[in-house]
Amino acid sequence: MSQKKIVYPYIPNSVPATKEAMLKAVKAKSVEEFYADIPDSIRLKRKMKLPEPLLSEAALVRHVEELLSKNKSTREVLSFLGAGCAPHYVPAVCDEVNARSEFLTAYAGEPYEDHGRFQALFEYESMMAELLNMEVVNVPVYNSFQATGTALRMAGRLTGRNIALLPSTVMPDMLSMVCGYVKPDMQVELVPFDPSTGLMDLRALRQQVNEKTAAVYIENPSYLGFLETQAEEIGKVAHENGAIFVVGVDPISLGVINPPADYGADIACGDIQSLGIHMNYGGGHGGFIATRDEERFVMEYPSRLFGVATTCVEGEYGFGDVAYERTSFARREEGKEWVGTAAALWGITAGVYLALMGPQGMAELGQGIMQRVRYAIKKLNQVPGVKALFSTTPHFKEFVVNFDETGRTVKEINQALLEKGIFGGKDLSAEFPSLGQSALYCVTEIHTQADIDRLVNAIQEVLR
Amino acid sequence: MSHPKAKKLGAPKAIAPKPALRRFHQARWDEPIIFELSSPGQRGVLPPEPEEAIVQAAGDVFDNLPASLKRKTPPALPEMSQIHVLRHYLRLSQENLGVDLNIDVGQGTCTMKYSPKVNDQLARSPKLSELHPLQPLSTVQGILEVMYRFQEILKEISGMDYVTLQPQAGSQAIFANIAMIRAFHEARGEGSKRTEVITSSFSHPSNAAAAKVAGYKIITLPPDADGYPDFEALKTVVSERTAALLITNPEDTGIFNPRIKEFTDLVHAVGGLCSYDQANANGLLGITRAREAGFDVCHFNLHKTFSTPHGCGGPGAAACCVTKEMAPFLPIPTVEFDGTSYYLDFNRPQSIGKIRPWYGVAQNILKAYAWVMSLGADGLREVAEIAVLNNNYLLHKVLEIRGASAPYAKGKRRIEQVRYSWEKLAEETGVHSEEIGFRAADFGTHYWTSHHPFVVPEPMTLEPTESYSKEDLDEYVAILKHIAHEAYTNPEIIHSAPHNSPIHRIDQESFDDPDAWAVTWRAYKRKLKK
Repeated sequence: MSQKKIVYPYIPNSVPATKEAMLKAVKAKSVEEFYADIPDSIRLKRKMKLPEPLLSEAALVRHVEELLSKNKSTREVLSFLGAGCAPHYVPAVCDEVNARSEFLTAYAGEPYEDHGRFQALFEYESMMAELLNMEVVNVPVYNSFQATGTALRMAGRLTGRNIALLPSTVMPDMLSMVCGYVKPDMQVELVPFDPSTGLMDLRALRQQVNEKTAAVYIENPSYLGFLETQAEEIGKVAHENGAIFVVGVDPISLGVINPPADYGADIACGDIQSLGIHMNYGGGHGGFIATRDEERFVMEYPSRLFGVATTCVEGEYGFGDVAYERTSFARREEGKEWVGTAAALWGITAGVYLALMGPQGMAELGQGIMQRVRYAIKKLNQVPGVKALFSTTPHFKEFVVNFDETGRTVKEINQALLEKGIFGGKDLSAEFPSLGQSALYCVTEIHTQADIDRLVNAIQEVLR
Repeated sequence: MSHPKAKKLGAPKAIAPKPALRRFHQARWDEPIIFELSSPGQRGVLPPEPEEAIVQAAGDVFDNLPASLKRKTPPALPEMSQIHVLRHYLRLSQENLGVDLNIDVGQGTCTMKYSPKVNDQLARSPKLSELHPLQPLSTVQGILEVMYRFQEILKEISGMDYVTLQPQAGSQAIFANIAMIRAFHEARGEGSKRTEVITSSFSHPSNAAAAKVAGYKIITLPPDADGYPDFEALKTVVSERTAALLITNPEDTGIFNPRIKEFTDLVHAVGGLCSYDQANANGLLGITRAREAGFDVCHFNLHKTFSTPHGCGGPGAAACCVTKEMAPFLPIPTVEFDGTSYYLDFNRPQSIGKIRPWYGVAQNILKAYAWVMSLGADGLREVAEIAVLNNNYLLHKVLEIRGASAPYAKGKRRIEQVRYSWEKLAEETGVHSEEIGFRAADFGTHYWTSHHPFVVPEPMTLEPTESYSKEDLDEYVAILKHIAHEAYTNPEIIHSAPHNSPIHRIDQESFDDPDAWAVTWRAYKRKLKK
């Protein structure tokens, strides 16, 4: 190894002469002086043991691309995986906008020099509001798990009660996060589902709901893909008992499916990953929360809410934080939960997506997905021993396929499908033992007839 | 062949040198709200149509949908052709100031460093962006290896034993740490006894707020006369009720607390745990670590110290690093290596469960890993040293400005940032810190005061990181100096700032008035638009 002094491209002042001049300017002999307050006992007195650096950009690219080449993506393998992270088409303009330095590398500037970010996020809130038919939507939180946890906590604060009722069909991962998040202020109780339809057992709901119920939560579509057709009735039960009706929703369904507000939801929440954001191995999530524009609701949001206002110049739009005093930025632990860096760039991206799609695009997309799903269910049901569950219930983009009568496990089937270049649906056998050997399949607008036929044929071959 | 006027202009002249201050003016596109750009019938992108066989086989997909679930009126989204969507957002982007465009030392505590373009490009590979988190492990060995390698790197940087990369940002990592601490005490049967969390007033608000969410009573240590969290105050509040100390070092003042080990020892002595918010780690890489200071858990923000872009406020990424005693409580799954392949370990019975979906913000973990790999141990040390040199250089220069001061620890060096005060300037001129920020925007820079409440009066927080040159720092100081001079000579130009931004001074009243606030365009139209 040569001992020559390295000038780092990312560190302009690593030029030795500059360093010397600056030390001189502040009358310091060496940088050690700046660390004089750190006691010797907690100093690291050796060089960190880290991998040798790849100083040139070329070497770095070679190394990282080599690592990435060990992955096989859904561009190379036909995938039917969903479970809350869905493969939708990402329009080029979405990537173009969120790759802009001005957005990508900005952070928390004022609504003057960062006017663009404020307007883009206000527009995101506004377009989501049109989808959701609600008047308040937050700047994105981390993801749907967080949005749900906060929506339930909001309901707890609004009602002064501490029980949240959730359908037992929710994603176990989300249940895990939400239970940990609302603890110890609230408890989650699960309402059983009808094994033939997947829908919430209304009789059980009526028995479980009481004067301690802060929130009744349902999902449309559910984690298992079906639409909760009793949503309106469930909302009534919640309201009759003084509870808040919270609905988790996949926003990409709302070109054709009624928004939760239209069947009585007080709070809608969910994830925006479907709206123009790549899956990124699970790194593409952002969460939204929406309510009516009532002060009691607005004051319970922990998130930033960007609002529009006049400026001192006629005709200019200005933006700023609505009801900032509710946040932890303003009042630390006295604020509502906390606010911090979350998923703003995904909010901007989802806004671009909705503007590109427009009302017609969202309607066509939603209908097209439902058509593909019906087609896939029909074809799969024709395979002996294979049965789509809850098939009398309408579905949006995911559905459960049961393999019990094939005598094979999902694990075996998925392994065989992988050998044919297909990622089969998520194995549900551990999460939902009552569903037997079942898998959760996801079909979206990116799937062609040929893709679905290929899947069906492959399953047929695997089972032969 | 010369221009006819050339002769009259005399001899060719050199272009005058640039003035001391940039004659900046930000783009001002006067851009309408996107709904105002809608033109009925226009399309931005066409979704792929299902094939005829699918349409036929599917039939009417709404036939089993109850009326309550069928959308009757289409969402009133804008209708725009593609170029108009693009143009609108590009105009908005020009009305926004990213790190790439400015000397971004003004957003102290945010560690606004350069996010290398090459890392963004690498992360955009479909080999990462098109990975589904449930793919068979054999098809995601590359990204799991990146995660595992980065965990190993953070172990060495922190001195801790185990790492999770699951949290989506710093505050979520703080919550994950306090949730692990809660689980630790519960596992020992002390969950109901340990009800208090101690933090300090110069720590990030999320330490107090996240611990409150986790169910704890919050005790806040004030700064002592020298600006350190008050050790005497800590002595009076620690008890068998103490669950944890959540603290930053250096705090937002940039002063390193030399007694930090005494703090952690004292809390351990009563059975409490210690959580280190390392959002401010940039000046300490390779210098001092959480382990030696006695912490049980710590967290790093990858979008701060480890260079991943801030994205207007996320997606970020964060890591929790913990001792082996805390490891059983890590969120599931952990990323492991068995000597041959990388895998996800879900079998952790004492785990706090999930903090977020899946395993972390993979694209940012990749960027952070690539950043460390471009620097190595020596490079990271150089990052720390130059960040601290830059900060002390900036401190030296700012203190020469009339009306500016750096409260606490007079004459001491600072680590990576300083919380300054314009108290004197405000008293003498009536110009407040916030307004200095508005005026700073006129010169193409950011500026930040402080979190609330303002413990330091008229605060300004600067953090120059390693990414800025001496000339950059001189330019930023020149801007502040110019504005301070204006405060004493022509305060009106500050009171009416900004002048060169996309918009002018915003009327604040409506933001706190339920009858006037408008979080969405539809709310605005209902309430205010005639």
